[in-house]
Parts: sequence; C-alpha cells; structure tokens
Amino acid sequence: MSVHPARLLQAPSIILLFLWMIVPLSMTIYFSTIRYNLLYPERTGFIGLSNYEFFLTDPGFLPALWNTIVLVGSVLVITVILGLALAVLVNKPFPGRGIARVMLISPFFIMPTVNALIWKNMFMNPVYGLFAVIADFFGAEPIDWLADMPLASIILMISWQWTPFALLILLTSLQSQDPEQMEACELDGANAWQKFIHLTIPHLARPIAVIIMIQTIFHLSIFAEIFVTTGGGPGFNSTNIAFLIFSQALLQFDAGVASAGGVFAIILANIVAIFLIRIVGKSLVV
Amino acid sequence: MSAKTYRNQNHLRIAIAWLAAAAMFFPIFWMFATSLKTELQAISIPPLFLFSPTLENFALVQERSDYLSYATNSIITSFGGTALALLVAIPAAYAMAFHTSRFTKDILLWMLSTKMLPAVGVLMPIYLIAKEVGLLDTRTVLVVIFAMINLPIIVWMLFSHFREVPVEILEAARIDGARPFHEIALVLLPLTWGGIMSTALLSIVLCWNEAFWSINLTSSDAGTLAALVASYSSPEGLFWAKVSAVSTLSCAPIIAFGWFCQKQLVQGLTFGAVK
Repeated sequence: MSVHPARLLQAPSIILLFLWMIVPLSMTIYFSTIRYNLLYPERTGFIGLSNYEFFLTDPGFLPALWNTIVLVGSVLVITVILGLALAVLVNKPFPGRGIARVMLISPFFIMPTVNALIWKNMFMNPVYGLFAVIADFFGAEPIDWLADMPLASIILMISWQWTPFALLILLTSLQSQDPEQMEACELDGANAWQKFIHLTIPHLARPIAVIIMIQTIFHLSIFAEIFVTTGGGPGFNSTNIAFLIFSQALLQFDAGVASAGGVFAIILANIVAIFLIRIVGKSLVV
Repeated sequence: MSAKTYRNQNHLRIAIAWLAAAAMFFPIFWMFATSLKTELQAISIPPLFLFSPTLENFALVQERSDYLSYATNSIITSFGGTALALLVAIPAAYAMAFHTSRFTKDILLWMLSTKMLPAVGVLMPIYLIAKEVGLLDTRTVLVVIFAMINLPIIVWMLFSHFREVPVEILEAARIDGARPFHEIALVLLPLTWGGIMSTALLSIVLCWNEAFWSINLTSSDAGTLAALVASYSSPEGLFWAKVSAVSTLSCAPIIAFGWFCQKQLVQGLTFGAVK
C-alpha cells in the first residue's frame, strides 16, 4: 500500500496527540493498580482492582455521576435556547448593534475562576449579594444560593459564560442563511413563525450539533467553578466526577484511588464521545 | 402586517436586544465598578452606583504580586501554545482536506475524543513527567500542554475552513510545479487567512482562561493570570474590592483583545457548519 507523501503531513499531529493520550493514560492505569498514597510512601505493591472498588463504592460516586449528567444537560439546554433567542434578536441590523453584540459575547472571555468569584461574592452572597438585596427589597426571604441550591448556582454561572459561545455560532449561521429563500417563502404567504420553523431551524441543525459537541467536551470536566465556589458541597451536592477525582488526589493524597477515578472518567468520556459522535459527529466532518 | 405594527415590533425587538445585552454584561460592569470602590463601599447595602472611584485596590494588588510578570506569562503561554498548535495543525488539516483518505473522518473524530479526557485523570502522570524533566513551573510546559489540549479543535476548525477552498485552485498550483509546502504557504494560507485568524483567536482565549494546568503545574515563576486570580480566591474571598481589582486586571487584556477581534470571531466560528 502506498501512502501519498502529502498525507504524511498529518503524522506529527497524530503522533503528538497519540503520545499525549497514551503515555499519561498508561501511567494512570498503572498507578490505579498499585498502593500509592503520597502520605504513606512506604506502603507499595500491586493491589489489583481495590482502588477501583474503593472509588466506585465511594459515597460520593453516584451523586457525582448524576451531578455531571445534570450539569452538562442543563447547561446545554439553557445555552442553546438562550443563545438562539439572542442570535435572532441581533441578527438584523439596528442602531448600536455592534456594541450590543460586544456586550453579549463578553462573558465568554471571562476566566472560569473570575466568573465563579463574581457570582459567588457579588451576586449570591446571602447578605451582601445583589440577589439578596433584591429579594430583601421585595420583602422576600433571601436565598443562600450556594448552600441551598449549589448545583443550580453553578449551572447558572456556566450558562452565563457559555451562552455567548452558542450565540456566536448560531449568529454566524443565521447570517449565512439565504435571503432569497426567505423572500420566496414570504411571497408564498408564510409568516415569521412559519419561516423560523421550516427554514431557520433546519438550517441551524448543524451549528447546534457543533455546540453540543464542543460544550459537552468542555463541561464534562468542569472544575474551576466548583473549586472556587462550593468545594463540591454541601455534602456531595455539587460534586461532579472531575471534582471527586480531584478531592481524592489532592485532598486525600491517594494517588492510587485518584488514578482509578481518572481511568473511570476516561471510560465515561469515551462512552459519551461514542454516543455524541454517533448522533452529531458524523455530520460534522463531511 | 401593517407598516406601523411592523415598526412597533421592531422597536420592541431592539429594546429587548439592548436589555439582554445590558443584563449579560452587568456582572462584568459590576466587577469593574467594585474594583474602584473601597472595601466598605463594596459591601454597602443598598449597593452603591455613585461613588468617587479609587485606585488603591489596584495598587494593593500590584504591591502583593507582580502583575506584569503574571501577565507576561499569560501572553507568552497563550500565544506560544496557539502558535505551536497551528504549526502542527496546518499541515495536518491540509492533508486531511486535500488528500482525504477513508480514515480521515475517523482520525478527526478520534482527535476530538482525546479532548474529552478529563485533565484530572492524567494530572498525576503529567505532573510527575514535568518534574522528572525539570519543567515544573516553567512556561515551556504550559506552552506544550496548551498546544496539545487545543490541537484537536484547531485541526477540526482549520479542516473545515480548508474544505471551502476549491481543489482546482490547489491543483492548478501543483501543475505549475508547487510542492505541498508552497501550496500551503503561497495558495492555501492567503485564501483562508480569515479562518486561520479566527481559529487562532479562539485558541488564545481558551489558553488565556485555562486554569487547571496553570494552577497545578506552576507557582511563582511561570504562574499565569488564571493562577494569580485563584491565589486570591480562598483566603481573601471577603475582600471583594481587592478580588475585583485582580479579576479586572486578569480579564481586561483578553476582553479588549476579544472586542478588537469580534468581527473575525463572528464570521469565523463556523466549524464547517455553514453551508
């Protein structure tokens, strides 16, 4: 079999990514089968699957798995719907559209740690936060957001940051919609809603697939927002898989169990990847 | 629909658009406003909208940590990581787009799936390797890691931009004797410049905001702004004005950069989804 020389140009990317994947992965798998606690360096040796047993029976495991799914799912629904609504709003020109658009996409440039700090301190603080002040103004009981609904609060923060991403992609796609097709429909007597349902929505299928793909990749391992705000608590109410592994590794210094968790997270990511690629992936690379 | 109701609807749409823009932007505005207050003003009830601004928080932040060195690290690592990734990705995307094989699709999807590897899962090995080769707390290690974590998305975006170039143009160049290097440098890059720039922009933003690796692999020497902010997160969580000042300092460069390039971003983030 002869390979066209130009095809070899993809070799560096493939080799680098393969190394980036396989070297740490094999080390992680190795660590996951040995006794490896940084606090007790003298305890060593092969222990088979006990680390896995330990991780999978951790009381935080099932809540973390569930929270991961809820987090990714909710953020996807919120960002796609909000992003679409905003994209439709700013699709047609109006005075100052450029500035409005800049304001709308700005949250995407904010660091996750800063995002978390802004919301935690200045909005969700139960005494001084703006939400509490507003609730107080209307005579309502202020909510301690991060204590009472930690996961919802984190979903809010992440949605705020990623709605602009959905907006950007959907807006780009809306701008590429064929105006003549729209006019033809208008002449046939279609109203705005019918045009939206029958022309715009099908046109947006691919960009929405892109958003689902990219956001799922990023949100499966959400870390900084949880780290800065709730620390996974109260209890395990806002712990996701990524944070559970982190707390095993860096708070309990158990590299063995953390590695078992890492292997599990990698398997989980691959299951999700297979599903995603089945559903939306194939259409993306045609 | 009469012209008048149409006009009214349009006014309503514009009003809602402005309201939405103000709401989305408000947290950023509020962070900036708080950074100009004293600590007492920052937690006053009701919240202060009118106050005489002070720069003392910024001075305090600068006193405690050298802002410029963190900013330099952020700039070098995000531009360096992006440049390194582009260098590897451009030939790869060229090969995939113009010398497609039956494996191309699977390779692309495999690349994307490596992006789903949770960083925590491989933190320990990467940390140990970096320590072993003496790259802990260096900008080099961040440049390499940033390049690797963004490579899949960069290859994918470039691939979709390159696909829009008609093959005939490259074939014409080839008949004129162009080698692949010339095809890429002289024909493909000029034609897809906009797409490459927007790909680079997205990558720079993602690198700039990357926190996990910067926090865990660097300390004082190579710490980026993301790590600087994190160092203010727990013990001084109560000093809102100071935290806001350090946050503003960390985000301002990338926000300004994003604003400056927003046209490019709006046009370029197609991921091949625009047909």
